[in-house]
Amino acid sequence: MARKITYQQAINEALDQEMTRDPSVIVMGEDVAGGAGAPGEEDSWGGVLGVTKGLFAKHPGRVLDTPISESGYVGAAVGAACNGLRPVAELMFIDFMGVCFDQIFNQAAKFRYMFGGKAKTPVVIRAMYGAGFRAAAQHSQCLYNIFTHIPGLKVVIPSNPYDAKGLLIQSIRDNDPVIFLEHKALYTMEGDVPEESYVVPFGEAAVVHEGDDVTIVAFGRMVNYAKDVAGTLRKKGVQCDVIDPRTTSPMDFDTILESVERTGRLVVVDESHPRCSMASDVSGFIAQEAFGALKAPIQMVTAPHSPVPFAAVLEDLYIPSPARIEEAVMRVKEYK
Amino acid sequence: MSAIFTVTMPKWGLSMQEGKVNLWLKEVGDSIAPGEEIIEVESEKISGAVEAAATGVLRRQVAQADDVLPVGALLGIIADADVSDELIDDLVTRFQAEFVPPSADEEDSGPQTQTVKVGDVQLRYLKMGEDSAGAVPLLLVHGFGGDLNNWLFNHEPLSASRAVYALDLPGHGSSTKVTGIASLEALGKVVVGFMDAVGIECAHLAGHSMGGGVCLAVAKLAPNKVKSLSLIASAGLGTEINGAYIDGFVAAASRGAFKPVLETLYSNASLVNRSMIDDMLKYKRLEGVDSALSTLAAGLFAGGRQAEQLASAASGKPVLVIWGESDRVIPSSHATAIPGATVKVMPGQGHMVQLEAAGEVNKLIGEFLSK
Amino acid sequence: MSSPLTREGLLQAYRTMRTIRDFEERVHVDFATGEIPGFVHLYAGEEASATGICMHLNRDDYIASTHRGHGHCIAKGVDPVGMMAEIWGKRTGTCKGKGGSMHIADLEVGMLGANGIVGGGGPLICGTALASKIRGSNNVGVCFFGDGASNQGTIFEAMNLAAVWKLPVLFVGENNGYAEATSSNFSVACENIADRASAFGMPGVIVDGFDFFAVHEAAGEAIKRAREGGGPTLLEVKLSRYYGHFEGDQQTYRAPGEVQHLRDTKDCLMQFAKRVTSRGELTMADIEAIDREVKAMIDASVVKAKADPVPLPEDLMADIYVSY
Repeated sequence: MARKITYQQAINEALDQEMTRDPSVIVMGEDVAGGAGAPGEEDSWGGVLGVTKGLFAKHPGRVLDTPISESGYVGAAVGAACNGLRPVAELMFIDFMGVCFDQIFNQAAKFRYMFGGKAKTPVVIRAMYGAGFRAAAQHSQCLYNIFTHIPGLKVVIPSNPYDAKGLLIQSIRDNDPVIFLEHKALYTMEGDVPEESYVVPFGEAAVVHEGDDVTIVAFGRMVNYAKDVAGTLRKKGVQCDVIDPRTTSPMDFDTILESVERTGRLVVVDESHPRCSMASDVSGFIAQEAFGALKAPIQMVTAPHSPVPFAAVLEDLYIPSPARIEEAVMRVKEYK
Repeated sequence: MSAIFTVTMPKWGLSMQEGKVNLWLKEVGDSIAPGEEIIEVESEKISGAVEAAATGVLRRQVAQADDVLPVGALLGIIADADVSDELIDDLVTRFQAEFVPPSADEEDSGPQTQTVKVGDVQLRYLKMGEDSAGAVPLLLVHGFGGDLNNWLFNHEPLSASRAVYALDLPGHGSSTKVTGIASLEALGKVVVGFMDAVGIECAHLAGHSMGGGVCLAVAKLAPNKVKSLSLIASAGLGTEINGAYIDGFVAAASRGAFKPVLETLYSNASLVNRSMIDDMLKYKRLEGVDSALSTLAAGLFAGGRQAEQLASAASGKPVLVIWGESDRVIPSSHATAIPGATVKVMPGQGHMVQLEAAGEVNKLIGEFLSK
Repeated sequence: MSSPLTREGLLQAYRTMRTIRDFEERVHVDFATGEIPGFVHLYAGEEASATGICMHLNRDDYIASTHRGHGHCIAKGVDPVGMMAEIWGKRTGTCKGKGGSMHIADLEVGMLGANGIVGGGGPLICGTALASKIRGSNNVGVCFFGDGASNQGTIFEAMNLAAVWKLPVLFVGENNGYAEATSSNFSVACENIADRASAFGMPGVIVDGFDFFAVHEAAGEAIKRAREGGGPTLLEVKLSRYYGHFEGDQQTYRAPGEVQHLRDTKDCLMQFAKRVTSRGELTMADIEAIDREVKAMIDASVVKAKADPVPLPEDLMADIYVSY
């Protein structure tokens, strides 16, 4: 039965249900419980923003606080995955991938292929991403494009509570390493989520708004901005398809292609920087596959090529805004 | 005294916030009778016609094609021919000035679904209309793979003079995904349990497709609880059924695979939009649904044949049978299986006749129940 | 033992510790009103560490700091007025409002940056020390890190590297007992962080971080050794933070009354004042004069920070060598 819960609750519920269903699922990370070795409460944090709160008591021995040793415990999660567990390692902020990237991209990502198909590595690495919290340059980045570049990794960016639960369950059941990215600004977003367990398959885009004039492809938090813009423009007579790829690897290019062949106009919205981004990736794909269908140059709406600034006034300028998305849509719509 | 009536943007389903006007089905100056379809509107999920609730003349088309308007917005005015234009213009001006669109986060004020437990099974249901001493309630039972939203265009119109319940069968919609139910009789038992649990002593039953078969099973199990039967494209009245449809429905795991399957249901395939397919996929992906549907399909429809024949269960009850002549799931030739039944086979219509020709189906059921 | 510090030195030490304390207490109050954005980690309680160590440093010596960096900044000579403006996200801030609390840096005074990445500073300070060594200066580098970072590979690698190259580095493990919400009793496998020094062939020293004089003395020896080419030292400073990991942390993992007890019995400012006045090295009037001056300065810094302008839109793309 569906009821409204938050993105954060949806993630907690997915972890809880999978841990209940499968004893090989474990959760580890810095303060995923909190209070280890301390005189006060156990499970005092349940993750830095409380996402894993309560799992520690429900699943004794399977929620592991770690020292601040990302290379160590992320690598250990990878190793445990090779030996029959399904670890979900939390990296807290995706920016911290810098500390442990070797274990992810040289180790986990390579095993299945490099070992001749004999290894499976069912590990999930969860992390928060994205700007908007005044958390400045080292706690605010959107690095999904970097993982998307690496063969052997699957990359998941849910934009709403329903997808967060279904995609996380799929991530845990998947036999390959999955990078599961949660936008901090979405944690409080509410949506209809079934109580039952369910999976959302990888590589299946969601079309969250339909229209024949312009295709908007957006990622993560930006999907919600794009959807709002499409709703506003619908009343002004401009009809937009809004496509949420949901996973950037594998990526549902078919749905994007089908849409652009119909609309002839593409806007890509990506909270990351413009170069070597999901925005340039989708643009490049469409330029190769649907050049003849295009009626206007592709528009990318991205963050600038700058680190994330601290000051509110600058960070607000940095993040792609609904106004910029609307402008881009109108530019391609009115292009002659 | 002459009356003026407003026609407003309907709310189809709990999530509908706004709708788009597709086209007017009546012109200004046309005479209108209650139940007549006057304007076609499209929500995110489905398109359908708004029916008139009053008698009169269509005096104004306030909304125009392609307008996107919030639920409750003014679409048009029906009034007697002798009402002055001035009065009508006044009403329109006043309505537009006072109209406040419902906000997205506003608690829905309309009827909400509820749940009830029958044994271990939690059933979701929606009740519309008021209990009244003289009126026997109506219970709507959906078909294979469906849910209470299959009655989206029927539920409210039929509830004007009685309480109308629609439920999700076990394994369906938001009810518990019980596995192991493999007969109409087993589903019938749950429905009898449901009626007891919500305090329905006796009801008119209306069932669509497999739900019709379930209604027949209830009549067989508990004849005293059944006042009449309205059977729409019903199972249990013959052996043939489109096995490819059933198998395709059970197997479909992606949008691409689901689309042609769902199109089988409708005479107008364009009704099968992305939102409908997405909703069906969301349902199919719930833990337990696969197994519930496979078990049910194997028990009821193995090899493209219906296992249970229940026409005799209707004997002694008033029965209305409605069928779309071009039904591609269960053939309309089954419509005459019950002797003495009132039978209406609707030309050009498919399996989902209660959605696609809601106005006429509502009228038929309404008249049948009032007899 | 009488302190080796002159009256001027004692006044400076107290002024620095008081400045850090008042700065942090004020940020704590203002953060609670919602006016200060972002993630803020306060150093209150740990003042003796930064102060006792940085008093041995020259302007051209470097320090690398942590996300809990305000105290290190002030002790190394970063202007608190600019820091306050930075924390408020103003254009007049130390980093023009683009870094914020976790990233305050002032290379002019040898402050290589607070750091949002735990353990990020260790390798960097090896680099500044290497540069000093190659250039033939006698500058040193100090890497502040916490008990949390003591478990990071970067810190292990940096310590080994500093020992291998015999770099003029002081590693300062500020062990406040908690890495976020996790106790160092759990996360640090050995008894003391300083015990790890032997693994890298360097001296390991443990010092009471509530005692300014103990820190000052131990750091003095290690820094002298480093300047003279004797290589790195690991100094573990045992102390406590008075506030949460970040502002907003309810600290339910700590024992009830834990912080109050420390404030009442061990506070570094309290101990310092008691010692210098009881010995007649400073008077209460000296102490109170500094308290007044510092309070006025911090109050003024907040008034200014509030009034200062926010960055301009064009600042977004300033200090980027290429844009698209």
